[in-house]
Amino acid sequence: MDLTTRYLGLELKNPLVASASPLSKDLDTLKHLEDAGLAAVVMESLFEEQIRHEEGALDHYLTHGTESFAEALSYYPETSEFTRGPEEYLEHVRKAKRSLSIPVIASLNGVSSGGWMDYARKIQEAGADALELNIYYVPTDPAIPGSEVERVYLDDVRTVRTAVTIPVAVKLSPYFSNMANMAAQIDALGVNGLVLFNRFYQPDIDLEELEVAPNLVLSSSSEMRLPLRWIAILFGRVKADLAATSGIYRTEDVLKMLMAGASATMLCSALLVHGIRRATEILKGMESWMEEHEYDSVRQMQGSMSQQRCPEPAAFERANYMKVLQSYK
Amino acid sequence: MVRRKVTIDGNEAAAYVAHKVNEVCAIYPITPSSPMGEWADQWSSEGQANIWGTVPSVVELQSEGGASGAVHGALQTGGLTTTFTASQGLLLMIPNMFKIAGELTSTVFHVSARTLATHALSIFGDHSDVMAVRSTGWAMLCSCSIQEIMDFALIAQAATLEGRIPVLHFFDGFRSSHEVQKIEQLDESDLRALISDDLVRAHRGRALSPDRPVLRGSAQNPDVFFQARERINPFYQAFPEIMQRAMDRFAEVVGRQYRLFDYVGAPDAERVIVMMGSGAEAAHEAVERLVADGEKVGLLKVRLFRPFSTEAFIKTLPWTAKSIAVLDRTKEPGSAGEPLYQDIVTVLGEELSSGRLPFRFPRVVGGRYGLSSKEFTPAMVKAVFDNLAQDDPKNHFSVGIQDDVTHQSLPFDPAFITEGDGVIRCLFYGLGSDGTVGANKNSIKIIGEETGNYAQGYFVYDSKKAGSITVSHLRFGPKPIHSTYLVSSANFVACHAFTFLEKFDMLRDAVPGATFLLNSPYGPDEVWDKIPRSVQQQIIDKRLKLYVIDGYKVAREAGMGGRVNTIMQTCFFAISGVLPKDEAIAAIKHSIEKTYGKKGEEVVRKNFEAVDATLANLFQVAVPEKASADFDKPPVVSEKAPDYVRDVLAKIIANEGDDLPVSAMPPDGTFPTATAQWEKRNIALEIPVWDEKLCIQCGKCALVCPHAAIRIKVYDSALLREPPVSFKSMDYKGQEFKGMKYTVQVAPEDCTGCAECAFICPAKDKSNPKHKSLDMADQIPLREPERDNYAFFLALPEVDRTIVKIDSVKGSQFLQPLFEYSGACAGCGETPYIKLLTQLFGDRALIANATGCSSIYGGNLPTTPYTINPDGRGPAWSNSLFEDNAEFGYGFRLTLDQHRQYARELLLKLRSSLGDDLVDGLLNEPQTDEIGIARQRARVFALRQKLAGATDGEAQNLLSVSDALVKKSVWIVGGDGWAYDIGYGGLDHVLASGRNVNVLVLDTEVYSNTGGQCSKATPIGAVAKFAAGGKALPKKDLGLLAVTYGNIYVARVAMGASDNQTVKAFLEAEAYDGPSLIIAYSHCIAHGFDMTEGMQHQKEAVECGAWPLFRYNPDLAKEGKNPMKLDSKAPKSAFADYAMKETRFKMLTKSHPEVARELMQLAQKENVARWEVYEQLAGIPFGEKTPQPDKGV
Repeated sequence: MDLTTRYLGLELKNPLVASASPLSKDLDTLKHLEDAGLAAVVMESLFEEQIRHEEGALDHYLTHGTESFAEALSYYPETSEFTRGPEEYLEHVRKAKRSLSIPVIASLNGVSSGGWMDYARKIQEAGADALELNIYYVPTDPAIPGSEVERVYLDDVRTVRTAVTIPVAVKLSPYFSNMANMAAQIDALGVNGLVLFNRFYQPDIDLEELEVAPNLVLSSSSEMRLPLRWIAILFGRVKADLAATSGIYRTEDVLKMLMAGASATMLCSALLVHGIRRATEILKGMESWMEEHEYDSVRQMQGSMSQQRCPEPAAFERANYMKVLQSYK
Repeated sequence: MVRRKVTIDGNEAAAYVAHKVNEVCAIYPITPSSPMGEWADQWSSEGQANIWGTVPSVVELQSEGGASGAVHGALQTGGLTTTFTASQGLLLMIPNMFKIAGELTSTVFHVSARTLATHALSIFGDHSDVMAVRSTGWAMLCSCSIQEIMDFALIAQAATLEGRIPVLHFFDGFRSSHEVQKIEQLDESDLRALISDDLVRAHRGRALSPDRPVLRGSAQNPDVFFQARERINPFYQAFPEIMQRAMDRFAEVVGRQYRLFDYVGAPDAERVIVMMGSGAEAAHEAVERLVADGEKVGLLKVRLFRPFSTEAFIKTLPWTAKSIAVLDRTKEPGSAGEPLYQDIVTVLGEELSSGRLPFRFPRVVGGRYGLSSKEFTPAMVKAVFDNLAQDDPKNHFSVGIQDDVTHQSLPFDPAFITEGDGVIRCLFYGLGSDGTVGANKNSIKIIGEETGNYAQGYFVYDSKKAGSITVSHLRFGPKPIHSTYLVSSANFVACHAFTFLEKFDMLRDAVPGATFLLNSPYGPDEVWDKIPRSVQQQIIDKRLKLYVIDGYKVAREAGMGGRVNTIMQTCFFAISGVLPKDEAIAAIKHSIEKTYGKKGEEVVRKNFEAVDATLANLFQVAVPEKASADFDKPPVVSEKAPDYVRDVLAKIIANEGDDLPVSAMPPDGTFPTATAQWEKRNIALEIPVWDEKLCIQCGKCALVCPHAAIRIKVYDSALLREPPVSFKSMDYKGQEFKGMKYTVQVAPEDCTGCAECAFICPAKDKSNPKHKSLDMADQIPLREPERDNYAFFLALPEVDRTIVKIDSVKGSQFLQPLFEYSGACAGCGETPYIKLLTQLFGDRALIANATGCSSIYGGNLPTTPYTINPDGRGPAWSNSLFEDNAEFGYGFRLTLDQHRQYARELLLKLRSSLGDDLVDGLLNEPQTDEIGIARQRARVFALRQKLAGATDGEAQNLLSVSDALVKKSVWIVGGDGWAYDIGYGGLDHVLASGRNVNVLVLDTEVYSNTGGQCSKATPIGAVAKFAAGGKALPKKDLGLLAVTYGNIYVARVAMGASDNQTVKAFLEAEAYDGPSLIIAYSHCIAHGFDMTEGMQHQKEAVECGAWPLFRYNPDLAKEGKNPMKLDSKAPKSAFADYAMKETRFKMLTKSHPEVARELMQLAQKENVARWEVYEQLAGIPFGEKTPQPDKGV
């Protein structure tokens, strides 16, 4: 059974990729991911906003109260070297690269164009096989038009694309006026992959304390419908490879994504909830399903149910809604 | 050979050599020597090796006594070993110093000489400490300047290795230890050239070793001890020559020639000063000037004070000297003269009487100067020479003060200034928090390194920790700078905070035509009218060039908050012209990169932005010809303040304490309390505003306030007849004061703006939850109205202590705080506990306070936060030392118990004249609550009235001890450094004594006052000085140790986690008739987070199990109950989640990520394990039949 696929120009032994998550923090866990059969791993993101915040906070609190009182001119030992955010991350990428044989895809997460180029270059130097760019931006200012938001995205992608020679994937949110157009514009900049979709952290409200409660909710299986649709729509219309992420829990989910046109299917919540062994189970499931249904290879099914090739292209468009309701008749 | 020029302070200079020529450093932090140990620790932790290529071990002990013991042991086993200390620390080393010298052991101790505590503690410099050890048999070598400190550190090491006599190398605390100078750094080849490896090996050869066993430290008897003691003489006889040889060898290698005594001045001088230390630099400068003016004067600097070389002294002293003044930087009351004076008189007398004196016996007088870093200037030097020119010069004089009591002081003329035109002199007034000192240290480095100029910096700090003010004194010039005194004729004055204009006379020290740089929120066109009239007049009279910049605006826009340091530094370079502007800016940026680069690009970027934006915002102001402001500086304290506050303390507040005469000071260090209320500091930018419509009357705001600057009162509504217009009140909500009014009131001028009250306030507006019953708002518009409101509030009667429910948070907060407006940090985690103590027991409390933060904000002049209630009662407070506080407080209890017993005995004896009712009442009142205490006080009042005027001795004696009949509350208060480390032995003993004392440990888990050194209370995983790689071992469980005694009340509390438990613990501890220990989690500036959220951190510490709450009450065991009561739940959150919010833990993830991960896991396990132990203890069944051991068959 041929489960191989090509994603970002990388030959993967199967389509299962561990998406950016805390699982990649620890080298031992990374090794477990490899052993469980995952074909590539996306490292947890180098988070620009957090780095900037941490650097500022560290400086603030290390100097706070110093040089004010004769007996305590400082409160901490003078530290000659700090592992700064990016360095720690880069070192981790280096170590991951050394200890794994599967491709290591680094991830860069940020909003401004300031540090991108530099970080991207350093990630390449650290030996990452590819770079996933995660533009994490929630526009809230009503004065900023959508075109401006799109420009920020395109500028960032352009900056990174020109900074590195390794393959670049862009992880997108679905919140654009015309998703397909945005995908096409990004594709035109020469990126190697589009990862659909980013899930923004959604705040909650604590009723007792009247506070906004930050808590992370893992994706659920039903959420895969959104990337499923857009992968199906975009397949064949962009040069970039398509990767599916959000809500992929079961073998069936993977198969559907592949048929919609995904080159890679990313697992995160499934592994966090069910453990890393889940990947092995999905792979086994794929093999038996394919055997049962007489598929020789993954490539055979890739894009088979995309909008271009499926029997009912219109089903992926607006009419789809009507169809669902009618199906209850 | 060209050596590297470095710009460093005296501590670093000493530590540099010490670290290179030693193998072991055993230290204990004490101001001002702490940085020496910290440098050594840092270099070792960075892997820097000594000259033999091995990295020295640097260890921190539990006290200086411990450090000296460890040093002694390390020396005895052949290690090259040193320590760094000062003041009381040096005194604690005395026993070992006698031993080390008696055993002829080569070592050098580096001491930044500091005042010994007498009538008061002082962290500043004089020679009282080193003079107290002059009988130990150590050689004593004194450095006068930063260059000499580095040079002598090496010379001392060379000499001790050869001569085997240990050397005390000392220099003046602060003036030398903290003065920054550009000096030449000795390089490794210099060190190698001076230190003989043969001698090092000989030192090792004398070590204890089982391979060649010897016994050292025998006990000897009258038959031989004396002879053995005299056996050492040849070593002392030889030592001066050995020292001189080391100096000569140093001169050969390095080029600087020193002698045992160095003379400067006229070769035929008739008047000579003999002295040592940093003051000799100022004297040097004055002598050069006077000689240039044709005066026949000279200065003899003593380098090697012990062993004293008569021969070298006579050789060095000009034989033309007719009169000599010997200056001592110490005072020995009752002596025939101060130590150096006595030596000189003795030496001259001996030489005269033996017929060897080669010149006429000069007139010799002795004088004292510079105690506790008192300024010593060329003007004072001149006064000393003027005195010597008198026919009958004053002897045993003092100089630098005005002694209007015993009239021993010499008058001096401050106008005598010796600094040349070539020296640029600058003064910078900054806020501690704005980074001024750091920037100035940086500027000195830039000037020192980028130009051929010499540079000097000295920094004067505040004794307040919140809103503290710094004054930087900088000098630059083409020649070496000897001016070891403050800048008093400045070419450049910078004021980094506009509000200082109303507080200090900054321009007093500006020379005519000087530049005045002002950080001003007002632009060049409007600033003039905002400057107080007298300051305007000074600017006009002195023809000052005035520049303004809105540094806060530039800082804000660059994202730097209130740190205007790089901005003001850029202004300084732009205006002063010390360097070409572009070069200066490039140098500033270079140093920003060096300083901040390691912390990340973000910080560098912000600073660069600030520098770039500065010049566009800097303006020269056209100075009008006339002063036009219609306002001037307000009086320092209110006119309503008592005379002593107005006449004395106000001067100290206004930085004019140097002008106070001797008569203004009490002779025995006794001061009135209740004076902090007069020092209105107005340091808060924002203060809380109360919305009574939302208030739920919980009292938490008042409880957590570190400065007693927000208070609650409940009072009769009739008292609200004519309140100030904006005074707020609401109906009281509870049953106990039904029908009365309730107010939460801020003290607007005393609040530090920490916002802990607003943070803790639970009352949110349901429609707009970001609005709470307490919100922070700009202080300035609120200052006036709230000042009136506060005055009105204070005038409302205090709640009757006998009816308030004090065993609740709210009830306790109705009691008047008798600790208010201290100088503690904004958001301090310690002071709320002290305040609570004073609310509950302050009117009958005696507090013994260990040295540390709490003794500084509790007892540092000018003003005192401990205060009194309307009856005039309040805490009586004293600080003995750092190490002996438990014993000190225990002493209080001994006397109180003794006097109480004596009073009871006298009551029985005098029963017939006093009456049965009164005597029985006094003897039998249990005094277990406020009502009982009030009753007893009334009886004592009656007793005193009866006894007043009595002539009978026993009646008079009873009168003198009658106060002891009212129950007193003895509190022994201190930090973790005291309780866990230096004072632990004594604390343990006092707790084991069974006496009724209450111990409050304010546990910040680190030495806070001396700047963040590791203590045994430091938790695992935290970074501290001497634990740069993260504390690897768990915190000592002081509470559990005390619990094991079984008869000690022990509580572990954290106000932010359970305020209710805290209040209960205080009440139970005090009620327990035996020793009590409360260990209170105190968040601290040294933890590195926003102090506003201090109480939240306390809560999280408890929730993750890092700080479990419990109370162990032995009284419960008597009732058959388990005395151990757990007051918090099992750990429910991860330790790392709490820890990563604090810089002390977080920074380890940045400096040693792997270690951080490991220690976090260890800490987690440790917390869970400890919890389980506590749980088991709390689960032991008590009061049931004790199982009998199985006796078998």
